[in-house]
Amino acid sequence: MDKKQLKAKANELRCDALEAIYRAQTGHIGGDFSVIDILTCLYNGVMNVSPEQVDDPDRDRFVLSKGHSVEAFYAVLADRGFFPMEEYINTFSQCGSKFIGHPNNELPGIEMNTGSLGHGLPVGVGMALAAKLDKRDYRVYVVIGDGELAEGSNWEAFQSAVHYGLDNLIAIVDRNGLQISGSTEDVMASGDVAAKLRVFGWDAIDVEDGNDMGQLLEAFEHCKERNGKPHAIIAHTVKGSGVSFIENKASWHHHVPNEEQYHAALKELKGQVE
Amino acid sequence: MGTACKQIIADVLTETAPKDKDLVVLCSDSRGSGNMAPFYEKFPEQAIEVGIAEQDLVGISAGLASCGKHPYAISPASFLSTRSIEQIKVDVCYSKTNVKLIGISGGVSYGALGMSHHACQDIAMVSAIPNIRVYIPSDQYLTRFMMEELVKDNEAAYVRVSRNATEDVYTPETKFEFNKAVTVKEGTDVTIIAVGEFVSRAKKAAELLAEKGISCRVLDMYCVKPIDKEAVIKAAEETKHIVTVEEHSIIGGLGSMVSTITAENAPCKVKVLGLPDAELICGTQEEIFDHEGLTPEGIASAAESLL
Ligand SMILES: Cc1ncc(C[n+]2csc(CCOP(=O)(O)OP(=O)(O)O)c2C)c(N)n1
Ligand SMILES: [Mg+2]
Repeated sequence: MDKKQLKAKANELRCDALEAIYRAQTGHIGGDFSVIDILTCLYNGVMNVSPEQVDDPDRDRFVLSKGHSVEAFYAVLADRGFFPMEEYINTFSQCGSKFIGHPNNELPGIEMNTGSLGHGLPVGVGMALAAKLDKRDYRVYVVIGDGELAEGSNWEAFQSAVHYGLDNLIAIVDRNGLQISGSTEDVMASGDVAAKLRVFGWDAIDVEDGNDMGQLLEAFEHCKERNGKPHAIIAHTVKGSGVSFIENKASWHHHVPNEEQYHAALKELKGQVE
Repeated sequence: MGTACKQIIADVLTETAPKDKDLVVLCSDSRGSGNMAPFYEKFPEQAIEVGIAEQDLVGISAGLASCGKHPYAISPASFLSTRSIEQIKVDVCYSKTNVKLIGISGGVSYGALGMSHHACQDIAMVSAIPNIRVYIPSDQYLTRFMMEELVKDNEAAYVRVSRNATEDVYTPETKFEFNKAVTVKEGTDVTIIAVGEFVSRAKKAAELLAEKGISCRVLDMYCVKPIDKEAVIKAAEETKHIVTVEEHSIIGGLGSMVSTITAENAPCKVKVLGLPDAELICGTQEEIFDHEGLTPEGIASAAESLL
């Protein structure tokens, strides 16, 4: 898939995530829309995963550490055929559903349960270490929120990944600059994340527009290099990307659109799909 | 329908802050869910943000307390308790620092967000550590009473409240005693000992039992630790049957504590109601309670089956 097709797909999947959120009247739309381009890219060309290989020991591994962006994650997995989109949209967060409000690894294609922030990277280190121990070639991708970076467990893992030379580990930071209480730099500044990680010993790169498929594809290609260093992509995204009135507003972290906003958002997204 | 206990906590801290300049509130990207955003606007000098870092939240609070501050660390109960349990054990309890831990959205308040967000082991974990008290108030009036006591003292406490508004159990006139169970209703055949969300449901269960001619006592054991041992022994001796009900695992919470007291002092039949030692279904708090039979009807029938 080329970058234009990928972007069109991501916008279609934004509509699906939006519908799931609107029906369930719950969800984290801001983080969904900032990360969905990254997920769409990973699952449509970058990672070696498919519904046929969910138990393949050589499949790439993925962990959504910022588990609250599950509405985007479910949409991307459904689109790749891991489970029916209809079932996701109709039962998300409903009583008895498997589509709970954070990743549920009883669903095919989901490796680990997340939801409590700061767990994904240590788990990713374990998965990457297992590949080394078993002499397997798979890669491990972990998506982390930028507010989430305040959790100390990330920094323990940033260190252990270097210690074990895990060049099969790719950490992607969804650097949208916002968290629940406001700007990340006001709440708990993380500053120049790539520079910090380089000091730790990571191969860290900034992606200027983390919602641009071309730039993302290039960054993922770069991270395939096996040079003894773990890779980090600091993807400078826009929280709520794709819907003008949702973009860049902390208040949309887990706000649910009303009827009017729902239709306006769908209209704007559909305009971008064409 | 009632008021959220977390709002009352915010109110008491807002009223106390101008009188106690050492009072500091700490949040971990949780000021919105803790209803504390207005406090941060009003008292910027007494409000600290630590970001999404609950272990740091508790450690920083303990450091502040050791220097004479009166910190209130406010964060979702799930992360504040289990994530930071070692900081609670070492920095708060072991070092005896005056940190007040306020766990919001406790139990299964976060419903469909899943186990990561549920706090159903917090009471067992925190209560097992010495030098800390544990409270689960049931309504706005009791929350206010408890907070007004806590702001006066100098010892650690863990308070767990729900996310949603809880039905009023009491009135503005109700008199409470600190660290003593509240007798919500007198009774002679059976006693239901409840905490938090379940006190109002226990009251309804007692009404259902009354219709069947069963006299049911209801105790609100908001002071889970130090638990009101005398009230438990009295209930065991006088009513011979006890049902406990809590928004917590049936392992290690109120039910376990009550059972230990009765077994050692006044053996009687005890039925422990709460959340099972199993993964819960996806659903709202109410749906989860219904699914587990934790309704007034379910509680009443558990009581009846003991007789
Ligand atoms: C350990 C933990 N603490 C708190 C939360 C509550 N929480 C959920 S999302 C969120 C903000 C996340 O911000 P960020 O990592 O920047 O994510 P994004 O902007 O991509 O949504 C918080 C505090 C949590 N899920 N886990
Ligand atoms: Mg963010």
